[in-house]
Amino acid sequence: MSEQQVKEELVISEFEGDEVSNESQFLSFTLANETYGVKILAVEEIRVWVTPTILPNSPSYIKGVINLRGMIVPVMDLRLRFGVGEASYTATTVVIILQTEKNNHRRQMGIVVDSVADVISIDPEQLEPAPDMRSYETGQFVENIVNIDARVMSVLNTDRLLELRL
Amino acid sequence: MTLDMQQFRQVFMDECAENLDIMEQELLALNPDSVDPETINTIFRAAHSIKGGAATFDFNTIASFTHVVETLLDEIRNNNIVLCAEHVDLFLKSEDHIRNLLEAAQQGEDLDPKLGDDLIKQLELCLDPDAEQLITKQEPVESSADIEVEAEQEWHISFAPHPEMLFSGNEPIRILRELQELCSEDEYHISVITEKVPDYDELDVEKCFLAWHILLPHSVELADIKECFDWVEDECDLKIEALNRMLDAEQVSNHCLKTDIPVKSEASSEEQSSEVAENLEQTTKDEKTVLASQAASAKEVANFIQKSKQNTAQSQISTANSSIRVDTQKIDTLINLVGELVITQSMLNQLGSDFTAEKLPRLRQGLDQLLSNTKELQESVLAIRMLPISFAFNRFPRLVRDLATKTEKKVELRVSGENTELDKTVMEQIVDPLVHLVRNSVDHGLESPEERIALGKEETGLVSLNAYHLGGNIIIEVSDDGKGLNKEVLWQKAIEKNLPEVKGKYIDDVDEQQIFELIFAAGFSTAQEVSDLSGRGVGMDVVKRNITNLGGIIDVVSKLGQGTTIRISLPLTLAILDGQLVKVGTEIFIIPLTAVLESVEVDSNKINIVSSGTELYRLRQENLPIISLAKTFMIEGANPTNESLLCVVEVMGQKVGLLVDELYSQQQVVIKSLESNYVKIDGFSGATILGDGSVSLILDVPGLVGHVLKNSHNQLNTSH
Repeated sequence: MSEQQVKEELVISEFEGDEVSNESQFLSFTLANETYGVKILAVEEIRVWVTPTILPNSPSYIKGVINLRGMIVPVMDLRLRFGVGEASYTATTVVIILQTEKNNHRRQMGIVVDSVADVISIDPEQLEPAPDMRSYETGQFVENIVNIDARVMSVLNTDRLLELRL
Repeated sequence: MTLDMQQFRQVFMDECAENLDIMEQELLALNPDSVDPETINTIFRAAHSIKGGAATFDFNTIASFTHVVETLLDEIRNNNIVLCAEHVDLFLKSEDHIRNLLEAAQQGEDLDPKLGDDLIKQLELCLDPDAEQLITKQEPVESSADIEVEAEQEWHISFAPHPEMLFSGNEPIRILRELQELCSEDEYHISVITEKVPDYDELDVEKCFLAWHILLPHSVELADIKECFDWVEDECDLKIEALNRMLDAEQVSNHCLKTDIPVKSEASSEEQSSEVAENLEQTTKDEKTVLASQAASAKEVANFIQKSKQNTAQSQISTANSSIRVDTQKIDTLINLVGELVITQSMLNQLGSDFTAEKLPRLRQGLDQLLSNTKELQESVLAIRMLPISFAFNRFPRLVRDLATKTEKKVELRVSGENTELDKTVMEQIVDPLVHLVRNSVDHGLESPEERIALGKEETGLVSLNAYHLGGNIIIEVSDDGKGLNKEVLWQKAIEKNLPEVKGKYIDDVDEQQIFELIFAAGFSTAQEVSDLSGRGVGMDVVKRNITNLGGIIDVVSKLGQGTTIRISLPLTLAILDGQLVKVGTEIFIIPLTAVLESVEVDSNKINIVSSGTELYRLRQENLPIISLAKTFMIEGANPTNESLLCVVEVMGQKVGLLVDELYSQQQVVIKSLESNYVKIDGFSGATILGDGSVSLILDVPGLVGHVLKNSHNQLNTSH
């Protein structure tokens, strides 16, 4: 078996692996020193920070709107939304574009985070229900927590996160 | 290979609707006194296409009904029948009926075939005038005609056993019983023929002299019938025919009359005859009950149909699939443009792959080409959404015709500019207001023929619909040459209604135009009071609201005794607007150009601060309230007021100055929704993407001004 063939097979098996475990893959990111995760299927893309157009009279965590291939997409700074860390915008600041679908209507929104960490596959059995954190700003959005080595990742409910009640 | 007919069904439906429209238009254009053979041909062709299509798609009710219509049209076309006004009415009704059938078919329901019976009867009368006398004579037994038209074919079986049949061990009664089992009891009609029964002394008891006529519904399979007669085929005269029920019914009853209950001789026949007698009685009784129940059920059916129609109408609103029929030429243009775009793109690609400074002119050229390509493409794509306004206008000839009949007025409708194109969305929303306006014109605008003659006017009133382009707008006018608006009556009515518009004012102080505008005031008039009012006002506020929602303007011009014109001005499309780009601080906003009157540099000496801090700007003789966009939207880094520009906008007749830093270019912008991913923001109607890819918000001037002037301190209400 030539090296080329081996490589191809590897690629294929990796690809298949992706297909199978899509449901349980998460994109993890950090806000200050906290780790959060969202279902990979809810992630549309990851972009670098560009200054958005201000939306007057919006909550402070709504930084404005950007042009995403002809669509007007709002950008929310998750650090301000959760009251975690400092909202600074540098060349390495990233925006994760999330999407949800409700009543056949697809909504998109960008969230600003400090950095994107990794794509992690998690066995659904490892997911633990989140403790009652309703008194915290983040509480209503955290669906599960999961142990990643020594750290704990909070898995966010993107549908709830993108549902704005203004 | 199985062909999916479903996918063609919608095409058939669309085509049918189109053909019906053609029929209607041509019928309305038809003048019985001088018939243009080409018009009849066109109607005939439309009917023929509907019939053909319906038959292909198994809509047999539509096909058979249209067939009758077509037959009459054919007779007229061949000059065998002279067209008269009644025919036109009949055709219009038939067209409505086909439309209903079509709707029912579309909803996957079966419309009761009886519904069209009346029309078919009338159509057939036209085809054969002799039949009319017959029918009129038979008027009291009208329901028997109903049976005729129920006109499903039936099996007509005449069964005459040879006299020797009994010898072979075959028993006619067994066969008859078998036949009876093929259908339900009340569908089975039988009569006996006793002509051949010889006199008593010649009677051979071992021979069969009887014969039978049997009627079976068409639903019975021919093969099943034949099976019953399998054993006796050679021993009887058998005739099985599919005939219209009417004929059979007549024959049956004839036989009933002729046939006395046979007091017969043959051993087996005795049974037979008593059975036959029973059957006969049964038959007549059944027929009666059937008739009665049919008459009763007809009403129920009509009620039910009406109800279900309402239901369908409702469901149609919700499920109205928004497809659009596009001229092939428009699509060809698009394809050509895309082709050009691809060529330009590959050219630029090539340039970019090894770019050197001397290729700059070619790059410029390529970019110019790209610019013109995209512009043309943009225009062509928008043109797809444009439909000629005849889509909306086409329904009016019929509407006016019906209204004229109802109000007993003579009305001529004149339509012009029907090729003016309008955005599809606008079109859909303009139809109802237009119907309202036209109805008002006929109902309240025009006088009765007697009044008109007394006034020295033409007996026939004129209602005209006109559409044309004016600037970036489409103007639609609905005018009549009726009595016009009477300002005293309008004023009186407004006072009675205690409208805020007239409070504390006197008629002499108010502009005539402003009085006319009262018809658009909410609560000005309701349906009951229309008759004692010379003007209009039925739901005119709703009409106005609809037009305003579309970004349009409606106004009224009227001269007492000479008529009224309602003029609607609409933007060409809802998707694109001409905007003025303005800079406030670091942000760029877009003000719709239609709202902007002028822009002036701010002279701080002309700013006056009046009660509670409201700033007014003295522009020539007027004092305009100032709205600072920077303050309203809380944008930092804006210029101080005296270095700003004042963009004067007009909202509902009120002028307001918007304070901005700088004016940029004017350009067309594509409106993008903010709500699709976010929420509605007060003061903005949407957003757009500028040439550099950045997002810019479009001001909703009326909303902004209304909001800011109501809430002091120049700030929008926010919830954070």
